Amino acid sequence: MKRMMIGGLLAALALGASTLVAPAQDKLKVGFIYLGPIGDFGWTYQHEVGRQGIVKHFGDKIETSYLENVNEGPDSERAIEQLARTGHKLIFTTSFGYMDPTVKVAKKYPDVYFEHNTGYKRDKNLATYSARFYEGRYIQGQIAAKMSKSGVLGYVGSFPIPEVISGINSTILGAQSINPNIKVKIIWVNTWFDPGKEADAAKALVDQGADVLMQHTDSPAAMQVAEARGKYAFGQDSDMYKFGQKAQLTAIVNNWAPYYVERVQEVLDKKWTSTDTWGGLNTKYLLMASYTNMLDDVKKMAEDTQAAISSGKLHPFKCPVVAQDGSTVECKGGTHLADEQILGMNFYVKGIDEKIPGK
Amino acid sequence: MGLLESIVLAVLAASTPLLLAACGELVAERAGVLNLGVEGMMIVGAACGFAGAYVTGSIVIGALAGIAAGAALAAVFALLTLGLAVNQVATGLALTILGVGISGLIGAGFVGERIAGAPHLYIPGLTDVPFLGRILFGQDPFVYLSLAIVVGIWWFLYRTRAGLELRAIGDNPASAHALGYPVLRKRALAVLFGGACAGLGGAYLPLAYTPFWISGMTAGRGWIALALVVFASWQPGRLVAGAYLFGAVTILQLHAQGAGVGIPSQFMSSLPYLATILVLVVISRTRGRAGAAAPASLGTVFVPDR
Repeated sequence: MKRMMIGGLLAALALGASTLVAPAQDKLKVGFIYLGPIGDFGWTYQHEVGRQGIVKHFGDKIETSYLENVNEGPDSERAIEQLARTGHKLIFTTSFGYMDPTVKVAKKYPDVYFEHNTGYKRDKNLATYSARFYEGRYIQGQIAAKMSKSGVLGYVGSFPIPEVISGINSTILGAQSINPNIKVKIIWVNTWFDPGKEADAAKALVDQGADVLMQHTDSPAAMQVAEARGKYAFGQDSDMYKFGQKAQLTAIVNNWAPYYVERVQEVLDKKWTSTDTWGGLNTKYLLMASYTNMLDDVKKMAEDTQAAISSGKLHPFKCPVVAQDGSTVECKGGTHLADEQILGMNFYVKGIDEKIPGK
Repeated sequence: MGLLESIVLAVLAASTPLLLAACGELVAERAGVLNLGVEGMMIVGAACGFAGAYVTGSIVIGALAGIAAGAALAAVFALLTLGLAVNQVATGLALTILGVGISGLIGAGFVGERIAGAPHLYIPGLTDVPFLGRILFGQDPFVYLSLAIVVGIWWFLYRTRAGLELRAIGDNPASAHALGYPVLRKRALAVLFGGACAGLGGAYLPLAYTPFWISGMTAGRGWIALALVVFASWQPGRLVAGAYLFGAVTILQLHAQGAGVGIPSQFMSSLPYLATILVLVVISRTRGRAGAAAPASLGTVFVPDR
């Protein structure tokens, strides 16, 4: 549908160029490239919520369009270029795998602003942005340690990449700050998205004694398993309270609208510059869903931790960080691990018994 | 609940959608029609199944909606490949792409909604028997239904005249046509049955397995169902064994990871597929000739001369 629309736009544009000079005061056109369907109730869904956020904020001052289900890699180059060619002046590409294609297209269209999500390559007209999801996971770790009776947490992992591993480490460091003997069982499903498999992994974790579940996959399947089995769980990407009214303790909610509003405003004001933004709880790029199904003292603790991380008083990876093998990790960030150490994290912290798969 | 018991329960649940979808495809292929659109029919069945159950509040209506949706998509396939003699492989692939697209459209309004999943059978006394009670008498209705369908298919194929005709059409449509059997009509019915089963298998996911709708939630199960049919060398009994074996390896590798068995998870995740390949090799070895069991005219277009 969208593709057809854009094709139409292209034709209209060509026609416009040949017959009359375009009016000076055009609406700003903002484009989005999505990895999944907007109905995934996870990663892409939250970006779509962000897009709706700017539509609401700017009304008819801007025009937005999106392409969903765009495969990562070379395929995406055409999609990105299509948006650039059809007059979009600000383009958000919302998955790690769009990095190189975005770089390429950005070089070809120097007067278009590009924004790449979760990547690290920048250019004059290409900025990057991401969120510090590990901050939320530290809070979840603390809550989990308080709520667990068995002392065993269950973690459904997608792929053993730094982003996921830093999330696991942050969770465990948070949990250890409450209960130094906490254990975690990790099951990798090797997919971002297969509700059935995620549910099976969650069931296996519960069967093996885990009583608080967390996940780094995209569907609410694990939450539903926790609800059905009378255990606790945390939502991922979106607030999944609806799927676990007795199970959800809180959820990390990706909240891109503030960033999108800010950047669109900058383009409108002609003040846009290429930046590297890694926001967290302080910039509200990630929100914690209501703290539910817990006693007031646990809730108080969670809120205090959230405030401390938000204000910068507490850093989940504060030094010293001890790796699984007992060695102390070099402290490159002064009092805490440096950002690049977190972005490239490929070790488990002490207290996790399992090995990172393939290492 | 014991660990072994819960593993068996998980295996049965994980295998059921595969078994349902593979059943239908088996019948279609036995009639000589290769429909690669199983994934598409499943996902449309899932979307319509959830929509039906959500709107009416009834799991039964949801299941019927899933069946109808799968059959409707299969009707498109039948029209093209049987009515217009279009290439089956290309049409089947197109059907999958179409199905994924349509399902997203149908399900768009239901993202983030949930329903109460299908209830599990409970017979006082019997279900409470330790270990076997829950496994034999405590499943959701789809599990029993899938096994009943397998038995039904076996009986139909090997014990009825109509089944014999169907197999004959799959092996040699020209001879069957010469004998006066309505080849295209029978093939169309087989394809529709295949679609209905795929739709039901798809609907199982949002109705019983993970009771919510999300785009793409079948996650490739249609392709596994297709492989299972070959794996079973087109025999219903082996289909059950294949589906449960596949489910068992899937679930066991998850448990092995949780128990900290030191094998990389990437390898574990590929185990079900490796097992499938291994069994295929063994089957073709012992049979002497690979594919000897395949319906002889599988995938070929038949245009009756009048």
